[in-house]
Amino acid sequence: MQTDSLLDLQAPVMAYGMRVGSEPQAPVSEEEALAEGLVVRKLNAWYGSFQALREVSLLVAPERITAIIGPSGCGKSTLIRCFNRMHEVAPRARVTGQVLLRGKDIYAPATDPVLVRRRVGMVFQKPNPFPTMSIFDNVAAGLRLNGFLVRRSELADAVERSLRQAALWDEVKDKPNRPATELSGGQQQRLCIARALAVEPEVVLMDEPCSALDPVATLKIEDLMRELARNYTIVIVTHNMQQAARVSDYTAVMMMADDRAGEMIEFGPTREVFTNPRDKKTEDYITGRFG
Amino acid sequence: MSGFAYRRRKIASIVVLGLCASSAFVAVGVLALILGFVLLNGINYLNLDFFTHMPTPLGEPGGGVANSIVGSLLIIGVAALIGIPVGVGAGVFLSEYAGARLGNIMRFTADVLTGVPSIVVGVFVYSVVVLKMGHFSALAAGIALAIIMLPIVARSSEEMLKLVPRSQREAALALGITRWRTILSVIIPAARRGLVTGGLLAVARAGGETAPLMFTALGNRFWSLSVTGGPIDALPLRIWRYGIGPYDEWHQQAWAASFVLVLVVLAISLAARLVLTRR
Amino acid sequence: MHVGRGGSTTAAALARRRPWRIGNLGDALSRTVFAGLGLSLLALALLMAYELVLESRHSIRAFGWGFLTGTRWDPVDQVFGAAPAIYGTLVSSVIALMLAVPVSLGAAIFLSEMAPPWLRSPLSFLIEMLAALPSVVLGLWGLYVLVPWVRDFVEKSSLGHLSFIPLFDGPPFGFGMLAAGLILAIMVLPIITAIARDVMQAVPTSQREAMLALGATRWEVILGAVLPYCRSGLMAAVILGLGRALGETMAVTMVIGKGYNITASLFQPASTAASTLASEFNEATYNLYISALVELALILMGITLLLNILARLLVWRVARSPEVIAE
Repeated sequence: MQTDSLLDLQAPVMAYGMRVGSEPQAPVSEEEALAEGLVVRKLNAWYGSFQALREVSLLVAPERITAIIGPSGCGKSTLIRCFNRMHEVAPRARVTGQVLLRGKDIYAPATDPVLVRRRVGMVFQKPNPFPTMSIFDNVAAGLRLNGFLVRRSELADAVERSLRQAALWDEVKDKPNRPATELSGGQQQRLCIARALAVEPEVVLMDEPCSALDPVATLKIEDLMRELARNYTIVIVTHNMQQAARVSDYTAVMMMADDRAGEMIEFGPTREVFTNPRDKKTEDYITGRFG
Repeated sequence: MSGFAYRRRKIASIVVLGLCASSAFVAVGVLALILGFVLLNGINYLNLDFFTHMPTPLGEPGGGVANSIVGSLLIIGVAALIGIPVGVGAGVFLSEYAGARLGNIMRFTADVLTGVPSIVVGVFVYSVVVLKMGHFSALAAGIALAIIMLPIVARSSEEMLKLVPRSQREAALALGITRWRTILSVIIPAARRGLVTGGLLAVARAGGETAPLMFTALGNRFWSLSVTGGPIDALPLRIWRYGIGPYDEWHQQAWAASFVLVLVVLAISLAARLVLTRR
Repeated sequence: MHVGRGGSTTAAALARRRPWRIGNLGDALSRTVFAGLGLSLLALALLMAYELVLESRHSIRAFGWGFLTGTRWDPVDQVFGAAPAIYGTLVSSVIALMLAVPVSLGAAIFLSEMAPPWLRSPLSFLIEMLAALPSVVLGLWGLYVLVPWVRDFVEKSSLGHLSFIPLFDGPPFGFGMLAAGLILAIMVLPIITAIARDVMQAVPTSQREAMLALGATRWEVILGAVLPYCRSGLMAAVILGLGRALGETMAVTMVIGKGYNITASLFQPASTAASTLASEFNEATYNLYISALVELALILMGITLLLNILARLLVWRVARSPEVIAE
């Protein structure tokens, strides 16, 4: 079902060529997601008596970028906060359903949320480095404060490694002890990414990571994401459809139902979702008729 | 609106606002009056002897308040050692752990405790500590001052900890850092300036207290360095005893001691405010 | 350069080595510790109340409710009645408020509404310094400066002309209710000023602008827009000041003299509950005496508690009044 308006979106998909758009993407295989990625089964989430998510199911492919898009308020952030058990930190928050990380349910009764959060990292919308710590200390925070007994030399290596992965090393290698607050917004966000990477998670969640940044910084982070996807499973929430089209391998579309609960409408390879959506609601959203 | 009525309102406004302005300056004037007298009367007696000597036998000229100063330091040391950690801990509980209802009850209790007259605290510590120990002591006095400091430090710590933005807590939690580690290594350091200010202000407040010391430290004309050994003197106690005493010499020393006490208390208060605004 | 997962010493590997486990010892422990520290507040308050009641049981048993109405305080005859002390406490505090509240409000209005920014901070700071002065120093000043002044300028001059009014009938010693009221006013002034100034500054500019747009003079803006808006805060300020006045000990003790009676005269020496405690506690030699004094302390604590509850109720009630909800 191709219309003229959808052609507009093919342009960015085509222009940024590279992985997205040049190779046909197959749908996510459930075996693969179970073995190495994330499987979400019938997830419901509440804040008190308000239901924020209803029966959400999703497959997240390993070592790929999955974007979650949808109009504001549809529960995108709530969804990914369920992936690292941050949702339950909110008062009177509740979750039912399953989220399987490499096949094991993170909401199984005897599971420690702290351990989950070390395996599933998160980068927030507004960069939030620890203001009382230096750049070095920020990146090392996860390692130090988790009680990992790391020798000084190992710590320095890990910090350098993370900063290189976050494409920030060259800019800060001469001043690792400066306060983190001296960095620009884009640099601070990359610092937060480095900090998240330092504990070597399996999945990295990004909640609208570029919405507080200028376009140049945004592009840098998008490039960074594609690099990281070589080794990490990335899930990004974005309200910017063009960004989703540019950057992601798979896209999941969410919508708000009449009672304001969030529902998963469809998900699949980005190219398919944008050029050949199965659900009319997706088409409406993407062409701007709604949301 | 007739011009005359408006003029009358305008004049009324100017008069009342003039009164308000003069009120402010009356307040400052009173401060100046008090500080002025303390300064004028106290500075005459200040010399090195005053700080280094002990009180002379009754009625004899000379002597100093060395033991009072040391006693004050000892007592406040004990008080801070007890009051500040417990107060900050209570503040942490109020800010990070307590639910709405428990929090309200605790805040109300803290406010009530803040309002309890310090002399009542002195009576309380007398019956609970002094009677049990059998004698007066710096420890009892320190406990009394710690009780006075506790609710003040708890409330101010809670306010300062609450100021740390939620994004900090989320960032730490998302890294898989445990709650207690987050509090100790992220939140408290972030709030440290405010916590220090709260502590300093509480110390300044406790340092000037006399009433609770009357029944716990009692006062002592002789040297004492012992925390649990017996009565000990403190600067406010000395001011009190000498101030109402029969000798003129004593009155002069009371003024001088007042000068010192006021100076120290004001200096600590000033330092507390500077910590918050400068560093 | 090692990128991504893998290796046996990396963080992820360390984390994976530990099996999924239940709970977290550190969190549970710290929660308990902090809860203990927090609950110490409650424990302290309860313990204080309990201990005071316990120690005053002799006196309660001996005098019952008569303690509150009895007017004789005689350690020799072992008769104790707290009425004059309570009377003194209340009257001195009321005088203090009557003197301090207008000045405090005026100063707060000046600081909040009139003072130029460069004056506001230093002036506020100075007034707060007044609050930091130790009470014993104020007492000393009161004793050697205020009392003679009251004696010479107020009492002696009114002695001839006004002594037919019971309020001004009394020996011109300087000590007495008037001096106590004055010194309490000085101590209470900075507290009320600071809180009043804060609540006034918190009034939104839109309120003032609305009033100005109606053609009000500056004073009318304050009277009509600012003061009503922060009514509850101002009440809280006054109540806080009252609380301070009721419990103030050293300064009052040094200027109030040691009269133990209920009289309308401002010039008679008098007593407050706190001054009685301060003067006599160290000299109490037998159980009933001590117990009576502790009962005084208990009464003081009770008044404080009542005042706090009253303040909370007032603020709660005003906060729910129609005008505020309508906003």
